[in-house]
Amino acid sequence: MARKTYIAAINEALFEEMRRDPMVLLIGEDVRIGVFAGTRGLHKEFGDKRVLDTPISELAVAGAGVGAAATGLRPVVDLMFGTFLYLAFDQIANQAGAMRYMFGGQTRLPLVYMVQNGTGASAGHHHSQSVHQFFMNMPLIKVIMPATPYDVKGLLKAAIRDDNPVIFLNHLALGGQRGEVPDEEYLIPIGQGEIKRSGSHVTVCSVGLMVHHSLKAAKELEKEGIDVEVIDLRTLKPWDEALVLHSVAKTGRFVAVDEGHMVCGAASEWAATVAEKAFHDLKAPVKRVTSKPVPIPFSPKLEKAVVPSPEEIADAVRQVLGTRVPA
Amino acid sequence: MTVTHLPTEKILDLYTRMLRIRRFEEMVGKLFAQGQLPGFVHLYIGEEAVGAGVCAALRDDDYITSTHRGHGHVIAKGGDFNRMMAELFGRQTGYCKGKGGSMHIADFEIGMLGACGIVGGGLGVATGAGLSAWYRGTDQVSVAFFGDGAANEGSFHEALNLASTLKLPVIFVCENNQYGEFTPAIHAMNITDIAQRAAGYGIPGVIVDGTDALAVYPAAAAAVQRARQGHGPTLLEAKTHRRGGHAEGEIAFLAGQDYRLPEEVQAAAASDPVIRLHTYIVEQGLIPPPQLETLDQDITGSVAAAVEFARTSPEPEIASIYEDTWV
Repeated sequence: MARKTYIAAINEALFEEMRRDPMVLLIGEDVRIGVFAGTRGLHKEFGDKRVLDTPISELAVAGAGVGAAATGLRPVVDLMFGTFLYLAFDQIANQAGAMRYMFGGQTRLPLVYMVQNGTGASAGHHHSQSVHQFFMNMPLIKVIMPATPYDVKGLLKAAIRDDNPVIFLNHLALGGQRGEVPDEEYLIPIGQGEIKRSGSHVTVCSVGLMVHHSLKAAKELEKEGIDVEVIDLRTLKPWDEALVLHSVAKTGRFVAVDEGHMVCGAASEWAATVAEKAFHDLKAPVKRVTSKPVPIPFSPKLEKAVVPSPEEIADAVRQVLGTRVPA
Repeated sequence: MTVTHLPTEKILDLYTRMLRIRRFEEMVGKLFAQGQLPGFVHLYIGEEAVGAGVCAALRDDDYITSTHRGHGHVIAKGGDFNRMMAELFGRQTGYCKGKGGSMHIADFEIGMLGACGIVGGGLGVATGAGLSAWYRGTDQVSVAFFGDGAANEGSFHEALNLASTLKLPVIFVCENNQYGEFTPAIHAMNITDIAQRAAGYGIPGVIVDGTDALAVYPAAAAAVQRARQGHGPTLLEAKTHRRGGHAEGEIAFLAGQDYRLPEEVQAAAASDPVIRLHTYIVEQGLIPPPQLETLDQDITGSVAAAVEFARTSPEPEIASIYEDTWV
């Protein structure tokens, strides 16, 4: 067991899967050089064919991923930033996200679209958005956003081995995050959340960077005698509903925290599910904490203010506990 | 007609593929007019020489992607009448178990990777299939069929650039029927020959008379050979005509508005590819007319049998809406 960065864990997962299966290849923009270092070194070991730089043509590259996956390959398509997936929307929504079903099960699509997602780099609106909620609306697409080095490695390996299209969202702000990563091989099942902190008073559910903000909030609230359970869903679709409902049965209170927007967003989906299926467990109304409904501003101060902060999360927890009068 | 030295066997192969498409499509038009088919239907009548000429140059293990006007491509590649007709009726025995319909027929066993309801949606997928063949080191090739309308989509330019840069075995076949839906191509682009655009990607751009199967076939065969030998893509522009409109029943939803000049409709009739090849075969004395008549009767009988098969096939079970989702 060694402490490794989130990016190093991504890199290890790619090395291991490419060594394991010759049908795994990496295609995308600047994958040889590895802009975020996640793909660095792969070209040296696997060569031009398996680490394939492409033109900046997200639509065609995303489509090529579909065609390659439908004909026997297991491509990892690196499209760099979550927002760049917008350029590839047609091929993801109309082809990857429907092909197997639309053609009556004639094919399977072992296909991973990998991007950086979310805020934290003061990169402005075009490089800082959280795009997961759009893909959660595509019935046959799996959506993953890990929060730790351990999770990113185990889930990326599982995503590459999965026979369905996966949107794999590495969090932009977490690349340098360090954590324990086992030396021996492991996989994390897609769709399985994890309790990152056990607690009894309130359930806080999140993914990605928000898991860390939620943990910070929980630490702060501990001083007030509030015991918070923090769930990291890890996979946004299919999401671990059972884990959440089980936790709410214990705590009776639910706060959904998401870096995406509130309208039709992940937090709203979780909150609605809890309100619908665990109504009688609830001691207080559910609460959502999401990014403000504006584009992501550039200024570090403003960017920070747009996404949920540990303080806002703590405040939401106090609200559902009735220890704070809502403003 | 092109004077040809092709063996009679090949000419008969071309004629058979075309006549199969013609008789099938005539029946589909009739069924649609009778209100027997749900959804939208776009007939391939008038364009048969393109699909037949290109697919006659392919092997069973080569790939094609198609368009919203895709019945002809499925048939030309060797598709099954029964499963096609059943799909058009939305039946369980259809190619896609009733989940695809007219614009989403696929047959992966013969390399037909799917028709596509999005203009330009198949070019990326075909490029990916070409990439797959190249990666696996086979000499398979991949063909993207698309219309003149798709040549104005970003996906066309991205796919041609990607495929030519990587020298992939992809043949881009533009069926220029001179109308994008109801808008003349000359109102949608500042050039008359789409093949000119090949120069922008450093690949051959070839123009053929798309109503002359004896011209399409050798041009396609040359492009296929080039791709098989690793020399990369070709843009093949086949100038052709739709005998009918964009979609069956369009007069009703266009409220009687006319968009084609009578002389154009006459020109399309005068260059009917099936009649042209039939005339050539008879005039050259290649095949005795009674044999052609028997062939026609056989095909017509198969179409009728397909309608019977479709009509007597069960509708899909409601429970099947949850089948063919995730693997």
